[in-house]
Amino acid sequence: MAYTEDDLKKELETKEYEYGFYTDIESETFPVGLNEDIVRAISKKKEEPEWMTEWRLEAFRIWEQMEEPEWANVHYKKPDFQNISYYSAPNKKPKYNSIDEVDPELLETFKKLGISLDEQKKLAGVAVDIVMDSVSVATTFKETLAEKGIIFCSISEAIQEHPELVKKYLGTIVPQKDNFYAALNSAVFSDGSFCYIPKGVRCPMELSTYFRINQAGTGQFERTLVIADKESYVSYLEGCTAPSRDENQLHAAVVELIALDDAEIKYSTVQNWYPGNAEGKGGVYNFVTKRGLCETNAKISWTQVETGSAVTWKYPSCILKGDNSVGEFYSIAVTNNFQQADTGTKMIHLGKNTKSTIISKGISAGKSQNSYRGLVQINSRAANARNFSQCDSLLMGNECGAHTFPYIEAKNKTAQIEHEATTSKIGEDQIFYCNQRGIDTEKAIALIVNGFSKEVLNKLPMEFAVEAQKLLEISLEGSVG
Amino acid sequence: MELKDKLVSSFLAFENTINVDAPVHDIRSQAIKVFEEKGFPTKKEEAWKYTSLNAILKHDYSIFPKEENALEFKDVKKYFLYDLDTYKIVFIDGKYSSHLSETTHDKIDVCLMSSALSHEKYKPIVDNYFNKIARQDGLTSLNTAFSKEGAYIYIPKNKLADKPVQIIHFSTGKESAQMLQPRNLIVVEENSHVQIIERHQSLTDNPVLTNSVTEIFVDKRAIVDYYKIQNDNQTASLIDNTYIEQQGQSVASVHTFAFGGNLTRNNLNFFQKGEGIDSILNGVTIIEGKQHVDHNTLVHHQEPNCESHQDYKGIFDEKATGVFNGKIIVDKEAQKTNAFQSNNNILLSDKATINSKPQLEIFADDVKCSHGCTIGQLDDNALFYMKSRGIGEKEARALLMYAFANNVLESVKIPQLKTRINKLIANKLGVDIGFDL
Repeated sequence: MAYTEDDLKKELETKEYEYGFYTDIESETFPVGLNEDIVRAISKKKEEPEWMTEWRLEAFRIWEQMEEPEWANVHYKKPDFQNISYYSAPNKKPKYNSIDEVDPELLETFKKLGISLDEQKKLAGVAVDIVMDSVSVATTFKETLAEKGIIFCSISEAIQEHPELVKKYLGTIVPQKDNFYAALNSAVFSDGSFCYIPKGVRCPMELSTYFRINQAGTGQFERTLVIADKESYVSYLEGCTAPSRDENQLHAAVVELIALDDAEIKYSTVQNWYPGNAEGKGGVYNFVTKRGLCETNAKISWTQVETGSAVTWKYPSCILKGDNSVGEFYSIAVTNNFQQADTGTKMIHLGKNTKSTIISKGISAGKSQNSYRGLVQINSRAANARNFSQCDSLLMGNECGAHTFPYIEAKNKTAQIEHEATTSKIGEDQIFYCNQRGIDTEKAIALIVNGFSKEVLNKLPMEFAVEAQKLLEISLEGSVG
Repeated sequence: MELKDKLVSSFLAFENTINVDAPVHDIRSQAIKVFEEKGFPTKKEEAWKYTSLNAILKHDYSIFPKEENALEFKDVKKYFLYDLDTYKIVFIDGKYSSHLSETTHDKIDVCLMSSALSHEKYKPIVDNYFNKIARQDGLTSLNTAFSKEGAYIYIPKNKLADKPVQIIHFSTGKESAQMLQPRNLIVVEENSHVQIIERHQSLTDNPVLTNSVTEIFVDKRAIVDYYKIQNDNQTASLIDNTYIEQQGQSVASVHTFAFGGNLTRNNLNFFQKGEGIDSILNGVTIIEGKQHVDHNTLVHHQEPNCESHQDYKGIFDEKATGVFNGKIIVDKEAQKTNAFQSNNNILLSDKATINSKPQLEIFADDVKCSHGCTIGQLDDNALFYMKSRGIGEKEARALLMYAFANNVLESVKIPQLKTRINKLIANKLGVDIGFDL
């Protein structure tokens, strides 16, 4: 029997989450709920200095006054913020010098994920800072990086060791009061990565962090801060998978990037949190605030492959403050079953001759809803600003939806802005053409989807391109060859 | 007193002037309650994010027309399409001017809302169509509550309106600031055809606020062409709410030419209720000064095999602000939909602003939908080319702008109207190019 799109659809629906397993590591978990005492306790637990505790409390007080945003095109049962535990750490000694000290079960987990540390170490220059349930448990290649003066560590470590840098930059791009989830994150963030590239240094390897949600009922609040000093370059990778859980898990991360004059930051994400099962039960809520600031001649490039999470709410943005700065956003968002994604970017042009490019590809299957929401803002002083945006959506089946909500605001006559969006399905003639040449329907769909996403996949660093393909495969099984 | 409170409290006075036993009065009483609850929209509402009504709601508008102000045709001739034989429905300060109008009841009805609402003869149509597709938002409800006068056009089955209809609203504002709320109902039955030209014109420097609601029903295979000319003076603001419901194989087009006015907001809504429908929304906006024009369009595709085409061009100079907020919704059932939307803008000044929000919400898979939006400026190379061939700077710029707006103009089906709009554009651009402008 010929393999049709319907078969593929069926297959997609029944496809279970491959990485849905649960690592049994004893964790030390705080009681559920959130109040000033909990915030203090988190801070104390992490032996943070006074100013940090105060900063968290300030964020908490702001958060208390705020309401959850409702403007996004997603519908879900709001998490009960008093029913979440805000801190958990693997309680076996969290500092390791060599890989032998790492909990064998944890290593097993990584093996299942296909990112065995050993292999990673051997692979050309990838330093991995693994965050598993909030506390950094392994860091590699630190010495190599240290030689160049690059600081790459967990944010808690940075607070201890480099307070002047953290104090100077934390919350400058995403202030505590920025939005509901950013405020929550600022109050309770457990850990995350910190990276500082000194002036004139080109980071010799791709920096990468893997995040995982593990302990049942534990919210994950990552805080990432990347600072590229003048004339430096860094490529940062972030990837994540989460084990299968029935109740919804909340993930509210904040990522801040600072590219000083002539610096370049390339930030790539592969997101594959647990999307919930075929009935739409379970799955991760992913409410992320990501933003970067470009000084003169600086460049920030966001690349993301979003395949997981039940609900995604994520808008990696660029503030193009300096003249001649460049912002880029490349995204593939795949939704299946009952997944909902509301994602896009903001490009704020403040400086002269600033340029931004937005390429967004949405693929929706099953009963999912996939939205692009983006803002391109040209300020009155941003002479000769240039923007090009392209948002394409591919619909598979007639129970899903694809939506586009672009906001374009121009206040300068020299601005040049182009925006285009298309929505279509895989053409029968395209499939027929492939069939006719001996390519079966499954492969044909794979070919077309792959071609559809190619512009974005090409932007991923080599190390990640493979994994991205893998994740696309999981989300749209059999459709990526 | 706040305008909202003033309006709500004047409703009782309004009731004294009308027949409260008519069935439409229930609709009015219901509507004033909705308005009382919802009030005027604020910038907090997503659809009003870029347009604030605060400044124009500050004035102390008189809500009821005081007396019939007569106008001499020769004084206002230039606002008519006088070189074309048309039916005319003319209102002065919200009151019907029989002197300037030319209506008919011969086979088709081109007459007044007030008579449609009060005469038994029109009852079936009014019952069937009045306030059936108008949205229950604050502004539309406000209009519904005070609905009394406007244009009523009824084209029965298999009839062709033998000439276009001009609807013109003059405001003399002799007494004070004035608020007008015309309410139009247009019903075009199967296989019929009508062309309508609508214009609002203020003849005073006193502020005028018009909150107009038009409901248009286009039955099977009918054709409706609607042209809106918005070239009012600087103290006049217009909120135009138009709702169009189309049945199978019908074609409806709305052209909006926004060249003037203080604040103009067009809420244009198309609902497709049959197969094989074509909806056309075109617009040209050329504004300067502190003018503000907001086009808010919705095309709701509910049935398969339909099309919609939107093409909005805007040229913004000085401190003008343009807003385009276009939304296309394609329901799950509406397979094989072709929906296109394009919004092109030129900014001529650093103080001008354009906010564009073209949205697609698509729930069907077998569709072709696209939107495009551009913001740019005149091509320097093209300007240089023309200047090097002896065309003056001003003329060269005008030529480019004219070319920019031209494909919208091309689709105007009444030649005299096209000429008129060409003249308006030439006037607006301050040039005399010498060919048919």
